[in-house]
Amino acid sequence: MTDLFIFASAAAELAENVLPLGITEGGSWLLRNAWLIPLIPALSFVGILFFGKRMPRQGAELGVAAIGIAFVLAVLTGAAWMDHRDNYHGEEITQAVIVAEHGDAADHGEGHAPEHPSLAVSNTVTWFQVGGMTISVGVLVDGLAVMMLFVVTLVSLLVHIYSTDYVGGDRRYTHYFAFLSLFSASMLTLVISENTLQLLVAWELVGVCSFALIGHWWEEKPNSDAALKAFLTNRVGDMGLLVGITVLFFSVGSALPDAFGSFSIATTNTLANSGLLSHTALLVSATCLMAAVMSKSGQFFLHTWLPDAMAGPTPVSALIHAATMVVAGVFMIARLYGVFFEGFSIGGSSINLMAVVGGLTTLVGASLAFVQRDIKKVLAYSTISQLGYMVLALGVGAWTAAVFHLFTHAFFKACLFLGSGSVAHAVHSFDMKSDMGGMRKAMPQTYRTFVIGSIALAGLPPLAGFWSKDEILAGTGGWGLFGGTGGNGAYTGMLIMGMVTAALTAAYMTRVIYLTFFGDFRGHGELHESGPRMVVPLWILAGLAMVAGLFNLPPGFQLVPESMQERFGHYVEPAAAYFPGISHASPSWSLAIFSTLVVMAGAGSAYWYYFIKVDAAAQASGQSLTELSNGPTSRWPLAKMGHNLLENKYYLDHLYTGIIAGGTKGPLARAVYRFNQQVIDRTVDKVGETAVVSGQFVYDKIDQLLVDGAVNTSGHLASEAGGELRKIQSGKVQSYAAILFAAATVLAGILIVIV
Amino acid sequence: MFLNQFLLLSVALFAIGVYGVLARRNGVMVLMSIELILNAVNINLVSFAAFTENLAGEVFALFVIAVAAAEVGVGLAMIMLLYRNRRNIDLTELDLMKG
Amino acid sequence: MNLLAQVNDFDPLLSGEVVVAQNIAFTILAVIMVVSALRLVTTRNVVHAALYLVLVLAGAAGIFILLGAEFVGVTQIMVYIGAIVVLFLFGIMLTRGALGTEEEGNKEPRLMASLVAGLLVVVMGGALIDTFGDAELLRSAPSTTADISDSIFSQYIVPFEATSVLLLAALIGAIVVARKD
Repeated sequence: MTDLFIFASAAAELAENVLPLGITEGGSWLLRNAWLIPLIPALSFVGILFFGKRMPRQGAELGVAAIGIAFVLAVLTGAAWMDHRDNYHGEEITQAVIVAEHGDAADHGEGHAPEHPSLAVSNTVTWFQVGGMTISVGVLVDGLAVMMLFVVTLVSLLVHIYSTDYVGGDRRYTHYFAFLSLFSASMLTLVISENTLQLLVAWELVGVCSFALIGHWWEEKPNSDAALKAFLTNRVGDMGLLVGITVLFFSVGSALPDAFGSFSIATTNTLANSGLLSHTALLVSATCLMAAVMSKSGQFFLHTWLPDAMAGPTPVSALIHAATMVVAGVFMIARLYGVFFEGFSIGGSSINLMAVVGGLTTLVGASLAFVQRDIKKVLAYSTISQLGYMVLALGVGAWTAAVFHLFTHAFFKACLFLGSGSVAHAVHSFDMKSDMGGMRKAMPQTYRTFVIGSIALAGLPPLAGFWSKDEILAGTGGWGLFGGTGGNGAYTGMLIMGMVTAALTAAYMTRVIYLTFFGDFRGHGELHESGPRMVVPLWILAGLAMVAGLFNLPPGFQLVPESMQERFGHYVEPAAAYFPGISHASPSWSLAIFSTLVVMAGAGSAYWYYFIKVDAAAQASGQSLTELSNGPTSRWPLAKMGHNLLENKYYLDHLYTGIIAGGTKGPLARAVYRFNQQVIDRTVDKVGETAVVSGQFVYDKIDQLLVDGAVNTSGHLASEAGGELRKIQSGKVQSYAAILFAAATVLAGILIVIV
Repeated sequence: MFLNQFLLLSVALFAIGVYGVLARRNGVMVLMSIELILNAVNINLVSFAAFTENLAGEVFALFVIAVAAAEVGVGLAMIMLLYRNRRNIDLTELDLMKG
Repeated sequence: MNLLAQVNDFDPLLSGEVVVAQNIAFTILAVIMVVSALRLVTTRNVVHAALYLVLVLAGAAGIFILLGAEFVGVTQIMVYIGAIVVLFLFGIMLTRGALGTEEEGNKEPRLMASLVAGLLVVVMGGALIDTFGDAELLRSAPSTTADISDSIFSQYIVPFEATSVLLLAALIGAIVVARKD
């Protein structure tokens, strides 16, 4: 039973075991009907599948049109949300709950009752009923969902347009667009999911689409292997998701008076915030959900599938494996933040699982990006690193910073991927060392957009990456060094990891730019700039990469009026009961300047190595070089070892296939064999020897004299009987069946007669 | 109507099915005879459902139908395999178990 | 009023005429089924056997409807006659010529099979007559599809789910067994 009442009376009603959920059933038509946005690409999927081949452009036009309409709707929905956020004063839905006796609810969420809550719009219908449970399906539209709708439809639209050129003439062109549509539909469903079950379904659907698109050119074994690897690695995490959702379901049920469980995201979060759920249950489910995040969002140590996933077409990498699907994990944390915030006790701590996983991932990804020859793999590791950044930010409680980074990252990473695709389209290879170099002259547009994307990724002001990265660093709160206040804890370690990654990111992007666009061309063939269908999306994304950061200027930033500060945070971060009461860090000039200096140092050292030293060596030797012949790796053994470690991706794949898989079958088998040989065999031998000795005795005294005669007689009898019975063993199944039936019938008859 | 008239019909079908399973050499015929047996069982279940006015019998008849579909699928696949390997679906020639 | 009440009280299912009609229907169905079943297991032509199988299955569907189990009857027609028999015909087509005519050959298996079948009839028939003697089948209203669905989706939800897994397993199993490589 949910009953409605006005939010103003919520505080008074709390004592009567009713919690406001921070959601409403009112709101504008667009917000309540956000389900139309995923529906359009879903219909387009069906349409392309059935009629695509017969269309003049083989179904591509349908896909582009559908996602275009979805984009327009998403923009309108965004506008509607902005109005709703500021001007909506409707009724809030509440949930009756059982308050535990010890009632520690006081020190939790209700302190977070804002003046004017941003009520999320919820619209549900019954999906199915089973065993007295009603499972609903619907939309939960708030700032986060609206932001994701915008990002997904925009990047998807640009990728659709880009793809018409990039995969033009492909043998499975129609199939490709069908899956792009299905992917967009599933991702859009994921971001507006009202309950965790719906989220799970969409989560699996995006996984399937990812599988199909990575293996788009499945005729080549590495591609289908990569698709399988991605799928199977994700299965590992999906188990976590399933278990986590189940634990949450029953855990929430324990606090509800009239149901034994609930999948509703708003209810789950609100209960977690209010402290009515057991902390153990939250910790267990948060840890399980973390496994899902680790696989889907490529977090250390389940990230190994993501670089391999680059076997798919480049636009797919841009859309799925950089901008949208891989952030599903980050999105899920953001969506269920109440669970994670309470489960991992993020507030007031200085270390937790999520922050550590994020921190390690960001370092591992950034360091691995250094040794790749393949331009897409550099970007893939960079994606892993940046996803680690987002998870780190969520782990330290900087929710808005993480979501903002997700937002800006989508633009500049999509721009970089599409740029690398544009380059690869010209040279028909992804290998920077053997097939690229000096391409800035032939491909000026691609070059410029790529550099803009790189600077945004590296995080130099005033491009997008700077603002979001800086917010994350500020959010760690571990910065007594730099002054300023706020944050949810003192995550000094995370701050250091973030700083190091910032330097590494700048350095490896400088390396990529040198190897791709500078020096002399090392490949062969005619170079040409890509067509407008590829260049225009690049410029749109590059433009966004420049300005996206300005959507969330930090508070107290003197150069702009106050009404332009923190717009993103204001509209996206929920100020409602289903969102935990996180505290916000205030920005610090000294931190911003220091992090910029760190980035400059990273970029500068790479610049010095590539643009000066390597370039000079190349001039001297008269050929295009990609590294120094007597570079540090050949001079210092320690550097060489480090390089080897990176080349082998920290030996993680070896760990999985060689040591974990091989280790459990090889040594285990050997150990069992040894046990068998030494323990069991010995025992059997000893028993046998004893038996022989005693047997000899028995034989001499008893057997020969007494038993033998009897045995001989019975042996003869058995032999005779066997000879007769052998005739029945014809080997014909039917005669056996006949005997079986006859015997069963006779036995049944006997039973009937007796009973 | 008597309950027994249905049950005896079921017995007759069952026995005929058993005869088919035991006497026929063609694998497809054996499968069809198994279908007879399953139908006899279904008639039995539904008659008792009507007799005791309990739906369980009908529900289980539905399950039997579903299982029969699965059984035919796998059974025919096995016969196809047999046919492909031996060009022959005579069950009496399958006497690897001959003693 | 009196007349109306009488009309309301009149239960067509229990009136003598309907019982007679039901018995006639049953007899016709039973004869068709037993004869077809006998032909099914004795005919030499496999395709004819499949057609006799259709008759038996349709008869069984009639019996179900006679017993008031309309949903089971309809399912019987759709699944058995619609799908399984077609599957059989495919099986026969794909293995044609494998055993075109079953030669007379050995009479021994048939003799044995008849003995076993006879034994079954005697034991089971005897037991039934002994136990249920002349138990009357009193018809109440036929069971509705809604009742069955309620029953399946509440009380028997687990077997239902298990059946779906079984069908999936059978599907995969059939493909694995029958595929060419």
